[in-house]
Amino acid sequence: MSGYRLTSDTGATPVSFKFNGKTYRGVQGDTLASALLANGVTLVGRSFKYHRPRGIFSAGSEEPNAAVNVVRGDELEPNTLATTLEIYNGLEAKSQNCWPSVDFDVNAINSLLSPIFVAGFYYKTFMGTSNKHWMFFEKHIRKAAGMGEASVTADSSRYEKQNVFCDVLIVGAGPAGISAALTQAATGARVVLADENAQMGGALIGSTQEIAGQNGDGWVREQLEKLKTFDNVTLLPRTTVYGYYDNNTLGAVERVSDHLATPEAKGKIRQRHLVLKSKKVILATGALERPILFGDNDRPGVMLASAVGKYVKRYGVVPGREIVIFTNNDSVYQEIAELGARNVPIKAVIDLRDTLSDYAAAVKEKYNLRIYHNAAVVRAVGGKALKSVILNNGETLSCDVLGVSGGWTPTIHLQSQQGDKPVYDEKICSFLPGVGHQDYVSIGACKGSFDLSACLSEGGLAEVRVEDGPSLNILPVFDIETTKGKKFVDLQHDVKTSDIKLAKQEGFLSVEHLKRYTTLGMANDQGKTANVNALVVMSKERQLPITEVGTTRFRPPYAPVSIGALSGGEYGEHFRPTRRTPMHEWHLDHGAEMINAGAWVRPRVYKKAGETVTDAYIREAAAVRESVGMVDVTSLGKIEVIGPDAPEFLNRVYTNAWLKLPVGKARYGVMLREDGHVFDDGTTWRLEENRFLMTTTTANAANVLTHLEFLLDVIWPELKVKVVSVTEQWAGLAIAGPNSRAVLAKALHDVDMSNEAFPFMAVQDAKLGDIPVKVARLSFSGELAYEVWCPSHYGYAMWDQLYQAGQDFNITPYGTEALGTLRIEKGHISGPELDGRTTVDDLDLGWAWGKKDFVGKPLAGRDGMVDEDRLKLVGLVSKEEKAIRPGSQIVLSNAETTLGVSQGHVTSTTYSPALGKYIALALVKNGRNKIGETVYATYPLKNESQAVEIVKPHFFDPDGSRMHV
Amino acid sequence: MQIDCPFCGKRDQSEFTYSGDATKKRPDHNDQDPQAWFDYVYQRDNPKGAHQEYWHHTSGCRQFLVVERNTMTHKISSVQAVGDLNKGSAE
Repeated sequence: MSGYRLTSDTGATPVSFKFNGKTYRGVQGDTLASALLANGVTLVGRSFKYHRPRGIFSAGSEEPNAAVNVVRGDELEPNTLATTLEIYNGLEAKSQNCWPSVDFDVNAINSLLSPIFVAGFYYKTFMGTSNKHWMFFEKHIRKAAGMGEASVTADSSRYEKQNVFCDVLIVGAGPAGISAALTQAATGARVVLADENAQMGGALIGSTQEIAGQNGDGWVREQLEKLKTFDNVTLLPRTTVYGYYDNNTLGAVERVSDHLATPEAKGKIRQRHLVLKSKKVILATGALERPILFGDNDRPGVMLASAVGKYVKRYGVVPGREIVIFTNNDSVYQEIAELGARNVPIKAVIDLRDTLSDYAAAVKEKYNLRIYHNAAVVRAVGGKALKSVILNNGETLSCDVLGVSGGWTPTIHLQSQQGDKPVYDEKICSFLPGVGHQDYVSIGACKGSFDLSACLSEGGLAEVRVEDGPSLNILPVFDIETTKGKKFVDLQHDVKTSDIKLAKQEGFLSVEHLKRYTTLGMANDQGKTANVNALVVMSKERQLPITEVGTTRFRPPYAPVSIGALSGGEYGEHFRPTRRTPMHEWHLDHGAEMINAGAWVRPRVYKKAGETVTDAYIREAAAVRESVGMVDVTSLGKIEVIGPDAPEFLNRVYTNAWLKLPVGKARYGVMLREDGHVFDDGTTWRLEENRFLMTTTTANAANVLTHLEFLLDVIWPELKVKVVSVTEQWAGLAIAGPNSRAVLAKALHDVDMSNEAFPFMAVQDAKLGDIPVKVARLSFSGELAYEVWCPSHYGYAMWDQLYQAGQDFNITPYGTEALGTLRIEKGHISGPELDGRTTVDDLDLGWAWGKKDFVGKPLAGRDGMVDEDRLKLVGLVSKEEKAIRPGSQIVLSNAETTLGVSQGHVTSTTYSPALGKYIALALVKNGRNKIGETVYATYPLKNESQAVEIVKPHFFDPDGSRMHV
Repeated sequence: MQIDCPFCGKRDQSEFTYSGDATKKRPDHNDQDPQAWFDYVYQRDNPKGAHQEYWHHTSGCRQFLVVERNTMTHKISSVQAVGDLNKGSAE
């Protein structure tokens, strides 16, 4: 094929770009496809399965062949359509799915082997007798069959998301859409008009068809200028509306700077994702031309007839020197007239029908066409470029482009996506939108109105005088009998008519099975040019009318959507809000290594010079037991529970009793879900008669609040209680260790810190300098310990002042690692044990089981919940002085052959400086009756296994004497 | 989908959290029959058409609403505050 640019179009701004390493020139406004055609490039890629040479087939987003990799610095964007990619200076694109090059592709041998590469071939051949076979072959198959290459670097482009509300959304800015926009704009409604192309106007772009006394191109430009004068109209070019959802919500992607050269695009949003909510939707999405199937119909140079017309009309590019047209309908004669008007010669028209309409006859007369009637192309001849076509009469016609027109397929993806079943129309031999259930209308070609005056009047412009165009007059022949060559139905997935026949033979009759068996219509292009022809082939095979074979249904997206556009700015640390405590800066200034804990950022360890994480947490935990340490506990969930019925409410929510808790005292509580499993735990403090402060685990704070709100709002509206989250109102720290009292006694005033005046579980107000604080004598570490809370904005000062006060005692700040070590040594449960599957008894919390009724109690008594063989909380001690890996499975033997089934798993692990041993908490089957037994903690993924002894979970100071001093 | 919250007005569905079947009535708090609780916690119909369900205005007023939604079309035919429903049944 030797495409060229019409001389009348010179003078446009030249653009230089690279394709497969070679530099070419195009002009501003070109797509990569039009620029390549103008440069005479015929071969653009290799096919998916057989690695056959492929060229440019269409001029739009329906393109099955010409998908390329776009290179942007270190990044690679795969599966970009050459037919929609606008070129810019410096654009670099590469063919995909070919190795070592598109001209010489090693895997093209697959094409010679194609008799064995039938549908299902890979699975049938490589599955073997065991899964291992498939696992081995799969990676090689994937490499040979893949499409584009994904980039391995992070996407550096910027994306954003926007919600758009309007009265009328019009999808598609062809004649029907523009007509509708003008009509709606005049009513004052807020109108959004979106079109996937850079230029609006659809079929009228470059058209010479006369409208209102001027040519179509001039007319449509004038209407677009008119639309721009309306304040209530938003025009969105380069915007693909890809999905239609409930309640007239539509998804769209606007390509904001994809068409700009790197320097101009720098710093700009690349794409914008739009969620459009419109009272009314007008779908004017047009129609896609449909191919006719014949032998080797995939040769580069075989393309849609309308695409030939578009390249000439829109870009001034003629795809070849010898153009032959193959048709079963009249619409193509309008394209021929457009080409004729520009002196582009047509070598011959192969027409399946035996007579011509008046319109076609006039075109034939005017441009002196050579027409073969009752004729068909049976085979295309050529390799990397088309050389000739062979007709059914045996004649060979040399040509470099074959424009094929098999009629039109209305673009009904959006209508179908939101659930309206397409209806087959005999007149156009294709599907029309079904009965709409949302507030939308279809107008123009997508509704089967291919006539220009009908498009305009359906949009609302009824009074415009339009030159007559052709009627469709389609002869329903789409599949030409041929003895030679492969007939591709789905060009992108290399599905042939013979594959459909095979599917039928093997019993995959329904369209859904056919799709999955052959992968027809499942490539990036979603079978836009393939689906209806596939139904034709299947209906012929099954000898059933097409309506009984099935319908094509669509799901979003209409065209591929980049993940970047969907995520917008929400990625990395912007994925969700980062919550820092008021002491955050202090931690950083003191060597803290931070870690994400639930929604919060917390210090993991405070590293001293030369320390590893392990060194640091062991030092920190030991310092707490020896003298005193302090830890930031601000992230604990905090909920105020207020009202005269608050005690009754807590009594129903927690398993243990709450009615008699005195003011100024705290109590540990466990709450269950309605299904009887442990939900969360924490301490709740009675601040006043009717005012409680509940603490929850960091991770469950939001869930607990919602749980309480549901109970109060829905179940017990009669209880006079309100709950409110105060997590962010309070900053908190725990100060733990034998010297904690001494530190607080020195730092605080207005409080008596003696054991008698401030007993275990007491809560009292105090002052730290000017800072009002609440002090609670609670212990998670098992040491004498206190939590100190203050209003958030004092948090940093409170922390710093207590740290200063603790200097005499060598106070040691500690992080989440040491916090874990201390609580594991004490057998205190936390997140890993509260995994939603454990019961009160599993966690050895039976003492908290109240006699009264509470949420979850009835179902906690079910057989399975009280079974003796349930996993119970136990401690483990390494017998090999090795760290126990969290997640290890507990087995009774360490010999591979006798591993047996898992007896449980390790939940939390640490090195215990207090014991000088590696210890862990675990949930073990019937564990409490296995104390003293030796089992194995095994971690097959790392090939680790070690002997451990089952012990009681309270490793250190089991009688709790240290915290009661 | 948008939900017309009686307190806040019409808001996007992303502000709300689905909170379960609103046709289920919790057994009396002191009810000891495990079957009744089993039914309340686990048994759900999967109706085609109108369905009453709880929605929590999580990122708004944090009230629970009873929304009647058509499971076929997602059309919402009514939205009521749970509090108003409770008042209704008490009167």
